Amino acid sequence: MKALKLKRDWIIGWLLLLPAMVFLFAFTHIPAITSLVSSFYSTPRGRRPAKFLGLDNYQRMFDDPVFWKVLGNNLWFALGTIPLSIALAIVMALWVNDKLPGRGFARMAFFTPTVLPLIAVANIWLFFYTPGFGLFDQLLGLFGLPATNWLGSPETALNSVIVVTVWKEAGFFMIFYLAALQAIPKTLIEAAQIEGANRWTIFWRITFPLLMPTTLFVSINAVINCFRLVDHIFILTDGGPDNASALLLFYIFETAFRFWESGYAATLTVALLVMLCLLAIGQFFFFDRKVHYK
Amino acid sequence: MSCAEKAQAVCWASSQARRCFNEGRFAMLKSTLLTAVTATALTFSTWATAQAVDLQFYFPVAVGGKAADTIKELTDGYMSANPDVKIDAVYAGSYQDTVAKAITASRGGNPPQLSVILSADMFTLIDEDLITPFDDYLTTDEEKEWLTGFYPAFMENSQTGGKTYGIPFQRSTPVLYWNKEAFKEAGLDPEVAPATWDEMVSFSEKLTKKDANGNVSQWGVRIPSSGFPYWLFQGLAIENGAILANAEGNKTNFDDPKVVEALEYLVDLSTKHEVMAPGIIEWGATPKAFFEGQTAMMWTSTGNLTNVHDNAPFDFGVAMLPEKAQRGAPTGGGNFYLFKGASDEQLDAAVDFVQWITAPDQSAKWTMATGYVAPRPATWETDTMKKYAEGFPQVLVARDQLDHAKAELATYQNQRVTGVLNDALAAAITGQKTAEEALSEAQKQADAILAEYR
Repeated sequence: MKALKLKRDWIIGWLLLLPAMVFLFAFTHIPAITSLVSSFYSTPRGRRPAKFLGLDNYQRMFDDPVFWKVLGNNLWFALGTIPLSIALAIVMALWVNDKLPGRGFARMAFFTPTVLPLIAVANIWLFFYTPGFGLFDQLLGLFGLPATNWLGSPETALNSVIVVTVWKEAGFFMIFYLAALQAIPKTLIEAAQIEGANRWTIFWRITFPLLMPTTLFVSINAVINCFRLVDHIFILTDGGPDNASALLLFYIFETAFRFWESGYAATLTVALLVMLCLLAIGQFFFFDRKVHYK
Repeated sequence: MSCAEKAQAVCWASSQARRCFNEGRFAMLKSTLLTAVTATALTFSTWATAQAVDLQFYFPVAVGGKAADTIKELTDGYMSANPDVKIDAVYAGSYQDTVAKAITASRGGNPPQLSVILSADMFTLIDEDLITPFDDYLTTDEEKEWLTGFYPAFMENSQTGGKTYGIPFQRSTPVLYWNKEAFKEAGLDPEVAPATWDEMVSFSEKLTKKDANGNVSQWGVRIPSSGFPYWLFQGLAIENGAILANAEGNKTNFDDPKVVEALEYLVDLSTKHEVMAPGIIEWGATPKAFFEGQTAMMWTSTGNLTNVHDNAPFDFGVAMLPEKAQRGAPTGGGNFYLFKGASDEQLDAAVDFVQWITAPDQSAKWTMATGYVAPRPATWETDTMKKYAEGFPQVLVARDQLDHAKAELATYQNQRVTGVLNDALAAAITGQKTAEEALSEAQKQADAILAEYR
């Protein structure tokens, strides 16, 4: 009797899991495995079927200067976007958490970039960056500064893309910090104030440590996003000039759906997957223990 | 390819590609269901009652506005004249999206019967084994004669190995636009465009305006280089007497000294002569820069003609691209392709439709609505086209330039090979490599890609 009930619970448990599992397998696990398999084969063309290459695609990847370039770009992109957007998010959250006139408006203004589709955002920024008559050059022109080809020079292209990304992301992260700030008990801060702590000390000794779990969550998201967000690159620079602003995912898309080299694109995808897995594991195992304030 | 087409191809690549794949998947599912239903219906009825031929036809829209409406109007017109044929015209996004969608649908076993795709993608489609030549469906002498009625420049990208794989439809070519008022102001004859490379430099030097701080308020010329710089660059290469790729599509000549010289000329415009803005110049913002007086001349597709005509706040002229050794320009734009996997009945109907839509009356309607160059001389002989050209003589420049035009760069693995060239051009334009270094590296990479096709 007991065994029967156990068995029924077991069946119900699996049935409850089934819908989510079907989707996870269909859209995440199976594609990941097929990518791994295809990465060992050449790209099938209509007139030539795929043939087994072993590790040739991986060899090609290690010899591919564009791969190393986009990887370097991605690292720079991560260094440029993650700390900056998190810092900005905390500052904005602290600001709109205080009682200030027009608080609702400020919150909305900070959150607006998140609501806008990235493609639309990129088109707006494309105008800002336009040399000569774009917004930035018109403003700089007032001070007699020359026109700058922000998106068309290898030195500035990637940084221009980073600015757009930070602008887009910071508002989203702000929401998490705002929620976390409101969960911090007022009594802690009041107690500190009675002890005579100034605002700076309160922030570093009470607020910031209590925000650490949020910072972990946000930084994981920021890391994933810096590999995932490439939509605006298609519009702003198309990866150019000479791959100066191409990121890894952009290069994968280009290889797969512009060059139609699905074999090599699968290899690049595997590289991306491995990197993301390592990052996620690293973040959880090494930082998770340290984030909780005790 | 042409004008706004590419700008948008680039602009919408990510969002639309994704959307298109989704739509594609959905359409596939839907038509699988439909096929299943029809198949069942067929087994119950007899073959004799099955009459209507169904055609699915993908088309890209690259120049906004009326193009999609005009295609619908034309297909509806054909269907009312031929009630036994049903054409499902599917808007498939940009050129980039359309080829992606056609390849994906074909791999999924559900190809369209007909599609408009870049003429330069011919070798890619052959390599993927997706298309079939028109020749097999042109049986009578009259029909075979029809093939010879297109401008030869447009047929270069449409035929290979003695077979015709593409029928020119939405085709274009780059031209030079100039601001007559700026010419007058600079003391130049407003009715005369530069005819040679040297003239373009000397005119541009007079047209470039600098303020006291050395900041430029008006550049002499603008040759955009974002996204797909190879297209306009190819104009320079042809003018210098070079051909970028052979007709078989398996060998490029990027390191030809004449090609190097053409790239040096392009780079010199901004570095040595200082008459063009430095760095990569955005394709999409080019007409706007022209309207705003940021540049006195621009190179862009004829597809922008209607745009410039409607929006330029000054008198403008249109001229052929200037010559070095000869006049020259690449062609661009899309062709009709027949896809494998359809019945003979369907392909016969598809060929009939293509013949109808490229016939003078329909073609004239299409050209006037979009600005694409009508691909058959016969179209220009119609009264409607003659009248149109009388009121707007600039439209004739592109047609006349066809005498000097060559095929757009097209090879096997076309996107990859042009991608290599694009990177090389960008590296030279931004001063990271010399023209010679960049092009000889590009040639090596192209050789490695194309070796297996020789």
